[in-house]
Amino acid sequence: MIKARVTVTLKNGVLDPQGKAIEHALGGLGFSGVDSVRQGKVFDVVLETSDRARAEAELKAMGEKLLANTVIEDFSVEVI
Amino acid sequence: MKAAVILLPGLNRDRDMIAALTKISGQAPQTVWQTETSIDDDVDLIVIPGGFSYGDYLRCGAIAARMPVMQTVREKAEKGTRVIGVCNGFQILLEAGLLPGALMRNASLKFVCREVRLEVANANTVFTQGYSQGQVIRCPVAHHDGNYFTDADTLAEIEANNQVAFRYTADTNPNGSLNNIAGIVNKAGNVLGMMPHPENLIEPAHGGSDGRALFESALGLVEA
Repeated sequence: MIKARVTVTLKNGVLDPQGKAIEHALGGLGFSGVDSVRQGKVFDVVLETSDRARAEAELKAMGEKLLANTVIEDFSVEVI
Repeated sequence: MKAAVILLPGLNRDRDMIAALTKISGQAPQTVWQTETSIDDDVDLIVIPGGFSYGDYLRCGAIAARMPVMQTVREKAEKGTRVIGVCNGFQILLEAGLLPGALMRNASLKFVCREVRLEVANANTVFTQGYSQGQVIRCPVAHHDGNYFTDADTLAEIEANNQVAFRYTADTNPNGSLNNIAGIVNKAGNVLGMMPHPENLIEPAHGGSDGRALFESALGLVEA
């Protein structure tokens, strides 16, 4: 079994109103040193294979085909 | 012309769409469930209605766009069959790659349910020929993720190809869409996606009928 984490973030230059709202809320809680917040998604995926190279290739395909919308999002794959 | 309506779990405007198409075309549309892959040969117009397919899980329209019926929709669209996606249907067409760009969370972060004004930005499409160029029509919107976005190059290309069918008038843009985009067509001109709901403004009982000409156009009921 291989455990992996796929992280999806908005591309640079894509406006993130949710991140902005979170940023403002942090300011409201007294966290004064926050320069900016960008929000995203995390997927923890457990694969049945033990072949690391194959797992990475599969996860990359999953990111491209479903987990991320590559029009607006980037993703990274990390085998844990 | 005969229409078909795609059905997915979580859509909620399907009955409105079926009623509108039935009233305007004079015959009930074929209904096609998400796992079916066969759409009748005599169907000239496929419509994906609005709602919240798959509860908007992952991203609006993301799961629906990958269901078996969408492969059939893609093949039919490539052969020239007309396709309309309204609201969630627009999101599904974008996620399926049948139209360029993406729809993001409204800039206000709020669900908007109100009437907007739309300018007919291109009256030379098969969907808008029943309107005049620049005509401003009323139309209801109801969505949380209608903020049209694409990269600068794609946006320039869409504009250069006159692919913007409808724009919100500047003072009624409900979601922050780039260039006030409310609806676009593909390059070939046979696939339309739009956030507003023309099916909810087709007869006096709705308080107006500004949406009717869109379906009359798509169904070939107006002179080109």
